[in-house]
Amino acid sequence: MERGLFMRNILPILTVVFGLFVIWYAGAVYLNSNWAYDKAKRADVELSFGAMVSDTMVQEKPRLPPPHQVGAEIWKTTGAMVQRGKTFSKRSLIYHGWITLSSTVLGFVFGTGLGILLAVALVHSRAMDMSVMPWVIASQTIPILAIAPMIVVVLASAQVDDLIAKGVISMYLSFFPVVVGMVKGLRSPDHMQMDQMRTWNASKSQMFWRLRLPASTPFLFASLKVGIAASLIGAVVAELSLSQDGGLGARMLVGSYYGQTIQIWSALIAAATLAALMVAVIGFVQSATLKRMGMAS
Amino acid sequence: MIWVVGVLVFWAVAWALNVKLAALKPSRFTAFVVPALFGVTLLLLWEGIVRGLGISPILLPPPSAIGVTFSQNIPTLWGDFVQTFVKGAMSGYIIGCSAAVLTAIAVDRSPFLQRGLLPVGNFVAALPIIGLAPIMVMWFGFDWHSKAAVVVAMVFFPVLVNTVQGLQASDAMQRDLMRTYGASYPQALLRLRLPAAMPFIFNGLKIATTLALIGAIVAEFFGSPIRGMGFRISTEVGRLSLDMVWAEITVAALAGSAFYGGVALIEKSVTFWHPSQRRAR
Repeated sequence: MERGLFMRNILPILTVVFGLFVIWYAGAVYLNSNWAYDKAKRADVELSFGAMVSDTMVQEKPRLPPPHQVGAEIWKTTGAMVQRGKTFSKRSLIYHGWITLSSTVLGFVFGTGLGILLAVALVHSRAMDMSVMPWVIASQTIPILAIAPMIVVVLASAQVDDLIAKGVISMYLSFFPVVVGMVKGLRSPDHMQMDQMRTWNASKSQMFWRLRLPASTPFLFASLKVGIAASLIGAVVAELSLSQDGGLGARMLVGSYYGQTIQIWSALIAAATLAALMVAVIGFVQSATLKRMGMAS
Repeated sequence: MIWVVGVLVFWAVAWALNVKLAALKPSRFTAFVVPALFGVTLLLLWEGIVRGLGISPILLPPPSAIGVTFSQNIPTLWGDFVQTFVKGAMSGYIIGCSAAVLTAIAVDRSPFLQRGLLPVGNFVAALPIIGLAPIMVMWFGFDWHSKAAVVVAMVFFPVLVNTVQGLQASDAMQRDLMRTYGASYPQALLRLRLPAAMPFIFNGLKIATTLALIGAIVAEFFGSPIRGMGFRISTEVGRLSLDMVWAEITVAALAGSAFYGGVALIEKSVTFWHPSQRRAR
């Protein structure tokens, strides 16, 4: 049984991940080789293939840093700094990740709250539903992220705290997936179940708390996962406009100014890890909740 | 003050009308008029409050000012649109989506790779891939090639995951039928499995339309030639001429919904047989 699971699920994933790493290394050799040959030409030495490959692995500003350089940089700016007791120094990725995380979570919480409230209103008022829902759906096709720099500047000139300005963008991005998912979820009980409630003479609020809300939970969690990923993207893009405060987006921007590719990649990997962790946390809460509710599939 | 009161009255009237209309039997007419009326109300509310309370146009320009700016700057906006949408987003979209569909077909014969690709693809689709933008700008320069590259990276995984899932959508009975016809692998793929996968593929393609536009615009924040929607937004924000920014956002919104609508139309003609496309009842 254990062995079957490994062969069926884990081994294929490991193979694909391994393949990605191979492509990454091959790309690093290919993209960095030009610089290696250039250097050799200027130094007037003939560069053998092996020497070229080993040079592409250790350049200071490579076009594509190989995974181990990125890994070393991440360790240098996280684990090594923790060991030296400088966890929250300005050069530490934990510090920047924390900034990004706080505005992401702030925006996500507010976005989700507002989204759920709007979804409840939409399900209970026909007029609301008919007027607002088409716009909510249409807004999904619009590149909302484009307004991020404007929101940041406007809120900053209105003397709003930077953290809130960034949170507003995250909120905006997580709001729409939650509305769409929750409306679908609150409508998911079928006619039979609604009729059953009616035969029990349930009031509207009873119907909501006992049937609609529990039935919407799986939908809610599915859209929370989309929402938190969107929130993080919003926070990272907002940090491009508010780069003086730091954050993973600011690290990428500063890295791109100075051509510090290793720094960009390490910020990117940190952002990806953060996204994965947050989605995993929601997934964990999801399976625990659904299990308790007896809805685990 | 007269402005504020005026729009609030209009709002109340329009809302009462909408409540009445929504109580009628649902028809095409109400399904169009109710949201349209709501949209008009929002615009008027915006206009009235900005004028009535004297909000500075630097914070929030009224819709009328945005409209004027829009009509005065059509050549600029068109140039930005071509740069960002036609050159950056569209070329990246086409390359990324075709690469994803071809990859999905290439791994189609290996269930082993599919089981590996699905979770990894789903994982990567949730990552902030937009962060690749500064790297792509470094590799491919400031012009639209780097934007197209970001778009390729953003649309690839959602489309890949959907296509891989779609190719598994035909059921065993249908595949058995193909086998009894003695169909070869390419025949079964072209005649049964690809058509059956179309609803899934188009789902991915529709998600990718928004991602493509976002990727192209945000990538321009990291550097671009002196045109493009993202470039215009970031520079005009710096000059505090927000009416131009809003005009640019209007273009982005129109382009985004037209793009999505176009793909949805193609979907309708390709997957006319699917239950979700048949007319209700």
